[in-house]
Order: sequence, then C-alpha cells, then structure tokens
Amino acid sequence: MQKFTTVTGVGVPMRRSNVDTDQIIPAVFLKRVTKTGFEDALFYGWRQDPEFILNQPTYQSPRVLVVGADFGTGSSREHAVWALRDFGFDVVLSPRFGDIFRGNSGKQGLLAGQISEDDAETLWEILEAQPGIEVTVDLVACTASVGDLTVSFEVDEYTRWRLLEGLDDIGLTLRDEARIAEFETHREPWRPRTLPARQVNS
Amino acid sequence: MGRTLAEKVWDAHVVRRAEGEPDLVYIDLHLVHEVTSPQAFDGLRLAGRTVRRPDLTLATEDHNVPTTGLVIEDPVSRTQVETLRKNCAEFGIRLHSLGDIEQGIVHVVGPQLGLTQPGITVVCGDSHTSTHGAFGAMALGIGTSEVEHVMATQTLPLKPFKTMAITVNGTLRPGVTAKDIILAVIAKIGTGGGQGYVLEYRGSAIRALSMEGRMTICNMSIEAGARAGMVAPDATTYAYLEGRAHAPQGADWDDAVAYWDTLATDEGATFDAEVILDADALEPFVTWGTNPGQGVSLSDTVPDPAEIDDANERSAAERALEYMDLAAGTAMKDIHVDTVFLGSCTNSRVEDLRAAAGIIKGKTIADGVRMLVVPGSARVRIEAEAEGLDKIFLAFGAEWRFAGCSMCLGMNPDQLAPGERCASTSNRNFEGRQGKGGRTHLVSPLVAAATAIRGTLSSPWDLVQDGTIPADAVPADLIPVKL
Repeated sequence: MQKFTTVTGVGVPMRRSNVDTDQIIPAVFLKRVTKTGFEDALFYGWRQDPEFILNQPTYQSPRVLVVGADFGTGSSREHAVWALRDFGFDVVLSPRFGDIFRGNSGKQGLLAGQISEDDAETLWEILEAQPGIEVTVDLVACTASVGDLTVSFEVDEYTRWRLLEGLDDIGLTLRDEARIAEFETHREPWRPRTLPARQVNS
Repeated sequence: MGRTLAEKVWDAHVVRRAEGEPDLVYIDLHLVHEVTSPQAFDGLRLAGRTVRRPDLTLATEDHNVPTTGLVIEDPVSRTQVETLRKNCAEFGIRLHSLGDIEQGIVHVVGPQLGLTQPGITVVCGDSHTSTHGAFGAMALGIGTSEVEHVMATQTLPLKPFKTMAITVNGTLRPGVTAKDIILAVIAKIGTGGGQGYVLEYRGSAIRALSMEGRMTICNMSIEAGARAGMVAPDATTYAYLEGRAHAPQGADWDDAVAYWDTLATDEGATFDAEVILDADALEPFVTWGTNPGQGVSLSDTVPDPAEIDDANERSAAERALEYMDLAAGTAMKDIHVDTVFLGSCTNSRVEDLRAAAGIIKGKTIADGVRMLVVPGSARVRIEAEAEGLDKIFLAFGAEWRFAGCSMCLGMNPDQLAPGERCASTSNRNFEGRQGKGGRTHLVSPLVAAATAIRGTLSSPWDLVQDGTIPADAVPADLIPVKL
C-alpha cells in the first residue's frame, strides 16, 4: 500500500445521508473476480440521471468526497471501496460511516475521515459556491482545508498510522505468528471443525 | 465487576493485546462464499501464502446461484462460482456446491451443520454474519481484505467495541414475530444507532423465541449499524445444537455445555447503552421507505416528512417516498404489491416456511401477484418437502424454488422489474436492492403470506376480519389478536 500523507484535489459536495453500499455499487457488479475496473459501477443507479453530481464535467477527476451521515452502511462489499478508488477518490469525509465500510477503506488506502455535521454543512456550502475548488487533506495534521477554511477530521490512530506508513495488515499480523501458534495449542479440543466432528467415547 | 456475554467471548479470543493497537482476535470459524472471496484468494496467491486453517473454514455457493435449477446460465455468475470451486480445491477448503444437500445461504448452512456454537468467533465476507450471534457467538461481517487476512492468519486485528442491551420485556402477541421485534428496534434506534456497538438481545420475549427467531433478530443487527448482535445461550440453544453433525459429542458435549453455561452476562455487568422495548405493545411491523429504519406498524400510515424534525432525515424521507411512489398519509394496508418474496438469510428456515404455509393453506394467491418461496438451503428444501409444504405453496400459486440468496439482492435472475413493488421477508429495502427501480417493503413471513392472499400489505388477522379464513381455521398461535 502506498504511503498517504496529504492529498489535494477536487472536492465533491454530495448532500445525501444514509448512502448504503448498495447505492455505492449495486450487487450486479459484484460478479467480477477482479479487484479493479469498478469505476463505471460507482453510484450506478444515480449516474443514470444526467443531473447527478458525478455526471457534471466539473467533477470528472475528483479526489475528495464530502457526504452526509451514515455513508457506507449495509452490505460488507469491499467493492464499494474499490469503486471509489477506481473513480479517483482518495478521501471520503462524512459525519458517520458504516463500520465495515470504514474498516475496508483503511485496508485499501481510502481515507474515511469523520467530520462534524456542522463542518459537513460548511464544506458543502463552499464546494457548491465554487464548483471544482480543490480540497487539501492532511493526514499528519488530520485536517481538510479549502480556501480559508480548515476543519479537522477524526480517524482512529491505528488506521492513521498504517495509512501514513503504507503498511500491509497481513504482514503486520504475521510478525505475531508465534503467538498465534501458541494460542492454538490451548484451544479447547471440542471447538468446531469443518472437517468431520471429533469422535470421543463418553 | 462482571462482564457481558460479548466481553467474555471476545476476551477468550485475544491473541495479543497492546496499548493503542487493536486486539488481535482469534477466529474459530470462517465462512466463505463466491462473491467476496475471489480477490482474497488472488491476494494469497500473489503473496505466496496459504490458508492457515482449512479445518476452520467452510465455503458454500449462495449469492449468485439460480433458484430454478442447478445450471448457471449467466456466464459471469458461472465464472465466479467456478472460481470458488477452483480456489477451494487449490487451498483445501470444504465446499458445498450446487446440488449438495448442505448447499445454501451461508448463514443457514453454518447453524444447520452445528458449526455455529456458543462462545465462538465467526466471520464471513458478508454483513449478515451477525445471524450467528443468536447462539451466543461473536459473529462479524468483514470485507474482502479481512477475508484474506483471516485465511492467512486465522486472526483479525479488531477495534474494541461498546455494548448495548436491547431488552425486550413481556410476551409477543400471537401473530407478532421476531421479525417485527427487530424492525421495531431498527425504527427506534435508526440505521446508525448501533454503530460501534455489539448488541445483546435480552428479556423475556427474547428468551421465549426459537433459535430461528433469534437468528432473524441477530441477522438484522447490521441494519441498525451494529458490529454484531448476540443472544446468551440457554436450553433452547442446546436443544437446537445437540445431535447436529458438528456439535460436540459425548464427553465433549458435557465439557462444551459447562463452558457455554458460563457465558451469560454477569449480574452487575454494565452496558454502555440500553434500549427497552415492550413486546406486549408490538404489532406486525413493515417498512415504507428505502432503509430498514423507515418502518411503522402495519396498522399505521405512511409518515409525513414535513413532521420530521431532523433536516437530513426529512430529506431522506422525501427521497424515499418519491422512490417508493407513496404519498404521506396512505394507510400501509392500502398498499398493493406485485410480488411476495419469502426467503433470505433473515427468514428462509423451515420454521418460516411452515408459518407462511399455515396461513396460505387451501387459499389462492391474489390476482396479478407472484410469490417466490426460496428455502435457505437444500436441506431446508428437503425438510419442507417432507412436510408437504411445497405442495401447499404450489397449490396456492406460489413458485417453489431451489436454495440461495435469490431476490434478497437480485444477483441471480430473481429480480424485480423497475417500478415493481414487493413484500419481502428479506433484510434490506435499499433503492434497487431487489432489482433496479424495484420497491421493497420488509415484512415477516406471516405478513408475507397474508399479503399474498389479499394483494395488499396485510396480517393474518385481516384475513379473519374479511372472512377469508375463519378464526378457527388456522393454528391459534398464528392468529394475531385485534390490535
């Protein structure tokens, strides 16, 4: 994973709350077995409407999405994160995220920063007043700046560290391989196995 | 200080704990399906890694499979299922393929095999993994990166959670079900209300539920934004598990039960939040909008967005009514449907099918309405057929299908057409969820059955009221009192 420090790019004001992952990418696009090429599927239902914000010429290379509360709720599909990344987004700012979506984001280098409802409103007003204006997101300072405005966002410290360092989770965990093996030595023998169940005489 | 059920299960699985870092948590059971796994297997191959514990991993084909037969016509779907078969063969994972008696929805298969047990950690690349919490397991839906992580390490780094008690006191009235409880809970706390929490369902109404009912409730914990939902194990849990293929046997059973008995939340343990519901006051519950929190009692009307204080919720409600083509003030019972879907990991177990069949037996489906009945697994289908339920559904005019996720999310050909309206026993009424432009009302199996008879959203009680069925013609426990 690439290191993430600052990002500067076009900000998209999306005044919608409760954007579930079915809206981010409908299930029909989940049949693919690859991890890239999902840009056309992003917000597929809404993009059929020519007025939808991501159909506007101004927003063809956006990097920062500012959206309402409860973004990424519902299905666990990581394809939602892949589609946002494939479209060019590096950052989503929202007052509240679906838990699984936020976790998936951190693993794929998409920064999901939590902002206040008031800051979301202020950012929307600025981005709507000056369509195409760029937002700078600084993960070291945990701030997003546009024009004269700077707001702070929250991201959990561990995810922030991994993003800043560009670290791979599996590699990190495998440093603890010995502890995992040790843990396995004292698991109760009757815990379920997907192989045929253990036979013992009572 | 005492600990909660969730804390006990979690603590028993911590491999590594360090200040400022997520706990590294051991995973007892990893369930896999065709949609969220191919990229994870690819990741393993690229890194030269193996599946650490194939013996704790089980795969099934569910999201993408047809329900009209065993041949996958859609080449893209077929490729995805074939990819799972190749991956499972390569990495040594047990797979229940189409045609196998244990094939079916992953959250139906785990419990029916007895693999889902109290006190274990379960993960699956599917948000409805929360279903397994009904057994007192910590069951988490995960993304594909995490699927790969569990395959490679049998662990996950997980952030700490908060605990919320959902206490449902009293006794459900006849005709009111587990589905109505959970729809009412979500309407009360909202789709984000459970965020960061593990919910524990407690109280006399929960204790009185069957395992199937508990699974229905835990299944939809994710729709309240929660990380998981749980019910403490008890005699009902043990009676369900005993004798199943993967349940502990003999002396192991005794050891396991002794441990399971220690899991219930201690007296004096504290929850970070509590929500209390009165089961006696509950009616059949249905949704009117495009998220599972947008629900009302069936005897109520479509709410007026103008009366919603919160600006975001108001605009969401306005958008929802536009999408659903509903006017504020419309009686829910006046809403006509085109399709009834009985199925999904929420409500496709034999008990659900039995309840619906009890209502429709000897009746004819409403004109212009189609009904799909999709058992949760091949085994459920066979069990239902052994009871003659298939004949009841077919005589009624419903379609009797093969097992799979089907119209819950329309990845296979079972989809709504644009504008089509559906009463669905599934879990999500999101825009386009059941097919582009389709409109979904979430309902219980009993409401689904009554709706299929009348053509409008209905409870079995409405059938008694309108003379379709005499009050004594259906089992007493299925007739709701007048609400």
